[in-house]
Amino acid sequence: MDILPILSTLRRHKVTAFLVILEIALTCAIVCNAVFLISQRLERMQMFSGVAEHELIQIQAVSIGKQNDAAARAQEDLIRLRQVPGVTGAALVNQVPFTNSSWNTSVKLGPNQKQATLNATQYFGENLLQTFGTRLVAGRYFNADEYLDFEAVQRDQKLQAKVGVIVITQALGERLWPGQSALGKTIYLGETSVRVIGVVAGLIRPSLFNGDASAQWSMAFPLRMNVSNANRYVLRAAPNDRDRVIAGAVAALRKADPHRVIIEKKTLDEIRSGFFQNDRAMAGLLVGVCIALLVVTALGIVGLGSFWVAQRRRQIGVRRALGATRRNILNYFQTENFLLATIGIALGMVLAYGINLFLMLHYELPRLPAIYFPIGAIVLWLIGQVAVLGPAMRAAAVPPVVATRSV
Amino acid sequence: MFAYYLELALRSLKRNRVLTALMVMALALGIGATITTLTVLRLLSGDPLPQKSAQLFYPQIDPNAKEGYIEGQTKPDQLMAYPDAMNLLQAHRGTHQAAMALTQAKVMPKQANARPFFSDAVMTTADFFAMFDAPFQYGGGWAAADDDGRAQLVVIAGFLNDKLFAGANSVGRVIRINDHDLRIVGVLKPWAPQPRFYAQDLGGRSYGDGDAVFLPLQTARAMEMGPQDTECYAAVPDIRHLETAPCEWLGVWVELDSGAAVADYKTFLDGYVKQQVALGRFQRTETSLLDLMGWLRQEQVVPDDVRLQAGLAFGFLLICVVNTVGLLLAKCLRRSAEIGVRRALGATRREIFTQFMVEAGIVGLAGGVLGLLFAELGLLGIRHQPAEYASLAHLDTWMFMFTFVVALVASLVAGILPAWRACVLAPAPQLKAA
Repeated sequence: MDILPILSTLRRHKVTAFLVILEIALTCAIVCNAVFLISQRLERMQMFSGVAEHELIQIQAVSIGKQNDAAARAQEDLIRLRQVPGVTGAALVNQVPFTNSSWNTSVKLGPNQKQATLNATQYFGENLLQTFGTRLVAGRYFNADEYLDFEAVQRDQKLQAKVGVIVITQALGERLWPGQSALGKTIYLGETSVRVIGVVAGLIRPSLFNGDASAQWSMAFPLRMNVSNANRYVLRAAPNDRDRVIAGAVAALRKADPHRVIIEKKTLDEIRSGFFQNDRAMAGLLVGVCIALLVVTALGIVGLGSFWVAQRRRQIGVRRALGATRRNILNYFQTENFLLATIGIALGMVLAYGINLFLMLHYELPRLPAIYFPIGAIVLWLIGQVAVLGPAMRAAAVPPVVATRSV
Repeated sequence: MFAYYLELALRSLKRNRVLTALMVMALALGIGATITTLTVLRLLSGDPLPQKSAQLFYPQIDPNAKEGYIEGQTKPDQLMAYPDAMNLLQAHRGTHQAAMALTQAKVMPKQANARPFFSDAVMTTADFFAMFDAPFQYGGGWAAADDDGRAQLVVIAGFLNDKLFAGANSVGRVIRINDHDLRIVGVLKPWAPQPRFYAQDLGGRSYGDGDAVFLPLQTARAMEMGPQDTECYAAVPDIRHLETAPCEWLGVWVELDSGAAVADYKTFLDGYVKQQVALGRFQRTETSLLDLMGWLRQEQVVPDDVRLQAGLAFGFLLICVVNTVGLLLAKCLRRSAEIGVRRALGATRREIFTQFMVEAGIVGLAGGVLGLLFAELGLLGIRHQPAEYASLAHLDTWMFMFTFVVALVASLVAGILPAWRACVLAPAPQLKAA
């Protein structure tokens, strides 16, 4: 296809050509970044939790009135809950993944270290790890005789020193001692020190207030909770049994103490879905904007293309009369659009890169991967070609006789 | 003359219905997106107490250890420990001052077989209501003496009064909270400043419903009500005795009525910190005294997503305007012959220019009306989103007017180039060609 005649025609329609280029460039820049944002959100929603998500249920129940024997009440609750048909595990814990409420502490690597190395979350609760279904990759879980009552530890400073062991996540171990096994290592929390006896593949923090990079910085302690210091019952059941188990568990808890407030009863799947709802909404919105943008751009090309064809009817007629085939005319408009789109895409790439730099500066976004550029180019080329097809076919249908009509 | 242009414009727009519909539609989409996101942005970055915000200040100090402190760079902490909050309150250096923390109140309704429920509560000190201009429906706040005396009393929000007492004047009646009987001294009118500036950093949400229960700090603490957020800066011997633990869990606000008072208070605050350093309690001397809006800015209370959406919407509008320029230009160039005739019959360039601008303006107005519809749809969508500010997303009169300003400006900007091209067209060749 001869490009030179097209270029010389475009030179005579600088403004219109420039508008098409500008529109394609802006669309390319915004859509590239929007699609990148969407992929970031989708990736975030896939975040690894390390627990048996499809099998877990959280019931938050708060007792009204003074609890005289909170420890006994907790044990009785757990016995009743384990008797609910379908329940394969139950624990009373201080915090649950994706609930946005967490207990955290600073971690040091030496007794005399002044500034903390990092901030990690603390999971407490008897049989917490077994119930959550975390995967042990090294060492062991806690033995029954290692558990202490959280309330007693809180009350008695001397007991704090007796909480000698913890289980941490692989990610936390790798962050604290890069390249080494975390097993047997000691960390310092406040005045006390604890030894790592087990490492799990993952256990996400309940809230990501410190950013996603620290999502897996979790520690589990051998501490037993009671109803005065914890209210989150975690149950494990086969995915199909969950609804039945929730109803049964709520009834069991109410039976044990009729004056309870059940604050929440949800599967972990529901809790997780709620945790990422903003990401989902944002991704949905961005998809909508991308589609709207591409449609508006395509319609703009159709509109300008139609105008162009109408304006050049006589010119087309002359070309047809001089021997150009319908295919030649069609190709002419397609090539013209391809040229404009290419210039627009080239400009758009530069603009996309600029917008990405701005977003990196203000929204802590990573760099736009290079793969977006060729894909963005192909999509816009395709949209350009589809949009121009209608006007180009109309141009090809112009009969040669138009050339002979009055000037 | 204007009426004539209007008629010409309408006729021209009617002649090419598809193109006109396309222009209006694209412009409306851009305007709808822009107005939707701007409404949300305006709502979220608004002034929660317009009449008072310039007089409200948030003092901050830093009780952390010396390590990692860079003088002049390390920002002081967001919250305050109990002893410091009380010292600042008892100094009475401001017109009003109050300390506050958020908590949860277990409310036990009096009605038979009604279940107990949890309500958002604020534990604070006497000046809270006067300082924040919280309006009372019945009764009033409590006195400073009630703070020290741990008086068993409470102020409740109107919606809780509606729920428990069917909206009747409940002052003097008793409400059971956390297994204690508290006497109601005041009922607030609907009061929910947005953003919830006083709840910022105290562990609550930044937007949404107001709190239901307000009770004296010491009373609440005696009832073992705990704050929603606690930050400890040293090893904690006993977390249950928060008043003496090295933990920060209170927000302090001060009302200062003049520039001189603000300067005085800053001097006082610096002096207080130096005194604490001398006593060996503090190691860091940095202080801060931001006004309400400055505090909200520092806290970056507006979610990043909302800013991003607004930016995106403007980009979208820009593309729609470019699109409209192209289509208007196409339309006007096709009418070269008509312009030639009008020019030959004596129309001046200015008249041609005005005619085309009127046409662009009509497209803009139509785009504005349709855009308003899209914006309402967009806001409806936002109200169904899970965000905490969702229920607040409504178009106000100001944004309603602004929609048309945006529409007119966008379309007139889009119309300038085509109108200019039309008016500089030489009439003679066009007449010949026709």
